[in-house]
Amino acid sequence: MRAICLYLHIHQPVRYREYSIFDVSNDSNYFNDSYDGRQSNERIFRKVANKSYRPMLDLLENNMQKYPGFKVSFSITGTWLDQAEKWAPELIAQIRRMVNRGQAEIVGETYYHSLAFFYNLDEFNDQVEQHAHKIKATFGVTPQVFRNTEFAYNDSLAHWAEEKGYKGILAEGWDKILGWRSPNYVYRPTGCQNLKLLLKNYRLSDDIAFRFSNRNWSEWPLTVPKYKNWLEMDCLRGNLINLFMDFETFGEHQWQDTGIFDFMNTLIPDWLAEYENKFVTVSEACELMPAADEISMPETITWADTERDLSAWLSNSMQTSAMDDLYAMREQILATKDAGLINDWRYMTTSDHPYSMCTKYWNDGDVHAYFSAYASPYESFMYFENVLRDLDYRLSKYS
Amino acid sequence: MLGWELPPHNSGGLGVACLNMARALAGQGADIDFVVPYEAEHPEIKFMKVLSATHLDPIYRYGGGAYESLKLLEKIIPSINKEELLSIRDVQKSYCDFVEKYLTEFKPDIVHAHDWLTYEAGVLAKKNFGIPLVAHVHATEFDRAGMRMGNPLIHEVEREGLMLADQIIAVSETTKRIIHDKYHIPLSKIHVVYNSLDENYEKSDYNFDQDAYGYLRKLKTTGYTVVSTVGRFTIQKGLHNLMRAAALAISKNPKLIFVFAGDGEERNELVGLAADLGISKNVIFTGFIRGKKLRDIYSISDIFVMSSISEPFGLTALEAAHHGDVLILTKQSGVSEIIWSALKYDFWDEKKLADQIIAVSQNSALRETLQHNVKREYHKISWDQVAKKCLKIYNKTMKHKGFN
Repeated sequence: MRAICLYLHIHQPVRYREYSIFDVSNDSNYFNDSYDGRQSNERIFRKVANKSYRPMLDLLENNMQKYPGFKVSFSITGTWLDQAEKWAPELIAQIRRMVNRGQAEIVGETYYHSLAFFYNLDEFNDQVEQHAHKIKATFGVTPQVFRNTEFAYNDSLAHWAEEKGYKGILAEGWDKILGWRSPNYVYRPTGCQNLKLLLKNYRLSDDIAFRFSNRNWSEWPLTVPKYKNWLEMDCLRGNLINLFMDFETFGEHQWQDTGIFDFMNTLIPDWLAEYENKFVTVSEACELMPAADEISMPETITWADTERDLSAWLSNSMQTSAMDDLYAMREQILATKDAGLINDWRYMTTSDHPYSMCTKYWNDGDVHAYFSAYASPYESFMYFENVLRDLDYRLSKYS
Repeated sequence: MLGWELPPHNSGGLGVACLNMARALAGQGADIDFVVPYEAEHPEIKFMKVLSATHLDPIYRYGGGAYESLKLLEKIIPSINKEELLSIRDVQKSYCDFVEKYLTEFKPDIVHAHDWLTYEAGVLAKKNFGIPLVAHVHATEFDRAGMRMGNPLIHEVEREGLMLADQIIAVSETTKRIIHDKYHIPLSKIHVVYNSLDENYEKSDYNFDQDAYGYLRKLKTTGYTVVSTVGRFTIQKGLHNLMRAAALAISKNPKLIFVFAGDGEERNELVGLAADLGISKNVIFTGFIRGKKLRDIYSISDIFVMSSISEPFGLTALEAAHHGDVLILTKQSGVSEIIWSALKYDFWDEKKLADQIIAVSQNSALRETLQHNVKREYHKISWDQVAKKCLKIYNKTMKHKGFN
C-alpha cells in the first residue's frame, strides 16, 4: 500500500484595524475596518473565498463524488468559522457534506489559532475545548487528531495530547530531528503509549505549496507524471506521504493561472488509478500504520521559515511584550464573565498578530512584509497595544 | 560638474551632496572640474578643480532676488553698494557666460548639472557644444512650493533643462514621479540615485555635550519625551500639520516637548499657532542651528519627525538616525523609500502622526526596537555606490551619443 495523507489548514485571523489611541475608551470596535480598509476582514475573506475556498472546495467535492477513495483532512479555526458564518455560510455547508460522506476529517486545534500553549495552559485548554464544541455543533464530529497553531510542537505538547485521548498529533518532519529517518512512517512521541505522530513531508508538500509556480526552479513546470513519480519514489522509504499545507495554497498562494487546480484535478485520479495507491485521513493513518520508532522533540519545532522555530512570532521585544501584556490580563478578563469582552480579548491571541510584528526580515522587505495587513511591524504593534489599553479600560468598569 | 555651492560655503544639503558625490566619483577615476558661481577658497578640496564663474562673494550667489529679499540682504551688509546687487538671473547669466568661455577651451565627456540653478548652463553646453547633459534633481520647484505652483520662471528653466537633458538623476522615487507627472518626462530617462550620509559625519569625533540643553535633559529625567524636527520653516516642510499633531498628542500625553530647530518665513505663524493651540509651554524654537549644536539636538531627542509635504530626499533623517532617534517620516519623503525601520504617515494625517508620537513615547518596546533596527540600515547606501551608479549613467549617456 502507498498512501497520501492530504491535510489542508483553513484559517483567517480576525484582524484588528488601525486602532488609534484616540479611539481608546471611546470606541471598542477593534475588528471592523471599513470595507475598503487595509484590515477589512470582510473584504479579505470574500476575496480569498472567491480565489481559493470556493474553487478548491468544489474541486475536492467533485473528486469525492467521482472517487470514493479520495479523502482529505481539514483543520478549520474558530476565527475562520466565525467569519464564514457571516460572509460565506455555503462554504461551511459544503465542508459538512464532505464530512457526512465520510471523506473528510476535521482536526482539533485552538479556536483562536493562538500560541496559548506557550503562555497559559488553562487558556490553551479552554480554547481547544471551545474549538471542539464548535466543530461538534457545526459538523457533528469530534476531532480525534490534534495540530497546534503553526505546527508548534514539542514533547510536552505530545504528553498533553496523549492525556486528552487524541489518537494522533501533527508536526513538521524536520531533518534536524529525523536525521536519517523518513517522514513517511508513523512515529510515537517519546513517553507516549497510544498517541501517534504524523510528520509533514515538507519537500513534497513544498513542491506544491511554495515551488509550484516558481519559474526559476529547475523542476518547473511541475507536471503530474513527474510529481507522481516523485511520490512513488519517496514511498520506497515508508509508505505514507503526509502532504500538509495551507488550504490557500490553491488559488491564493498559487494563483489559478499557474495551473494549480488542473494539477490537483489530474493528480487525484492519476494517483488512485494505481491499484496499491490510496488516500487516507489523519486518523486512518494513525490506525492503519504501526509506530516505526520513537521520536523526541524537547525543543519547539514549527513549520515556518528555515529556522522552523517560533522566532517569526516571538523574538523581538514588541512581540514578547505584546503577548506578555495580553496574557497577563486573562484572569481579570475571565472574571468579568462578559462574553463580548472575553471574545474580543481572545481574538487578540491569534498568532497572526505577533507574526505581523516580525522584524526578522523586515529590512529586506520579504514575505513577512508582503503578506502583512499592516504598513509595518511597528504599526501593527502600536494598534495592538492600543486595543489592549481599551480592553484595560473596559476592565476598569468592573472593578 | 555644474553646481551652486560647496562646503564650507553651503546653506543646505545641496552643497554637501555635491561634495560627497564628486569625491566618490574622483575616487573611482573621474576627472572633475566643478563650477561654482562665486569666488572663495575651498582648502579641503584636492580631488578636483573648483572653478569660479564670477568674482562674487559666496553670500551673493543667490543674488538679491529669488531666495532672499533685498531688504534682508541690506540688513546683513548695510554698506553694500546697490549697483552691485545682482538678481539671481544676473548671477546665472554670468555663470552661463563663464561656462561658454570654458567650453571653447575644454571639451568634457559629460556635463553633470545640479538643480535648476545650473540647467541653463548645461543646456548651453549641450546645444552649442554637443556635450551630453546629465541633469541631477535634488529638488524641483514643486517641492519648494509645497506641491503648489511655484515661480513660473523657475518652472520654465526646470522644464527646459529636464526636457533637453540626455539622462536625469532623481534623488528618490518620489522625485522621479514628480518629474514625470509635472514635466511629462519619460520615466525611462529618469534614474533614481539615493543620497547617503556625509562620510565625515560618521567619522568625526562628535561627543554629546552633557551641558547642552540642560533644560531638556532635566525634563527628560521627569519622564518627558523630546520630539524634534529640523529644517527651513517653509511651506514645503509641513510644520503646521506637525504643530497641530503635537497639540493632539499632548492632549493624551502632556509629557511631550517639541523642538522646532531652524528658521524661515513661517516662524512667526508657527509661534502664533502654538499659542493658539495652547501648547506654547511644550514647544521650543531654537532658531537656525548647525554643526555641533544641531547634533546636540539630535542627541537629546527621542523622536525625529520629518513632516515635509514633499521632500526629495531628507538627509536630516539619516543624521537623526545616526544619533539614535526614532524616525517618523511622511510617506512623501524620499528617505522613507529606503528606511524600513521607521513609522510613516501621510503629511496631512495629523491624527496618525499624533498616534505614532504617543505610541513611541509610551511604549519602550516600540521605541527600542525602532532605534535598534534603524541603526542597522541608515548607512546602507554609501557614496561609493552612488558614484558607481552615476558612472553607469554617464557611460550610458555617452554610448547613446555615439561616443566610445
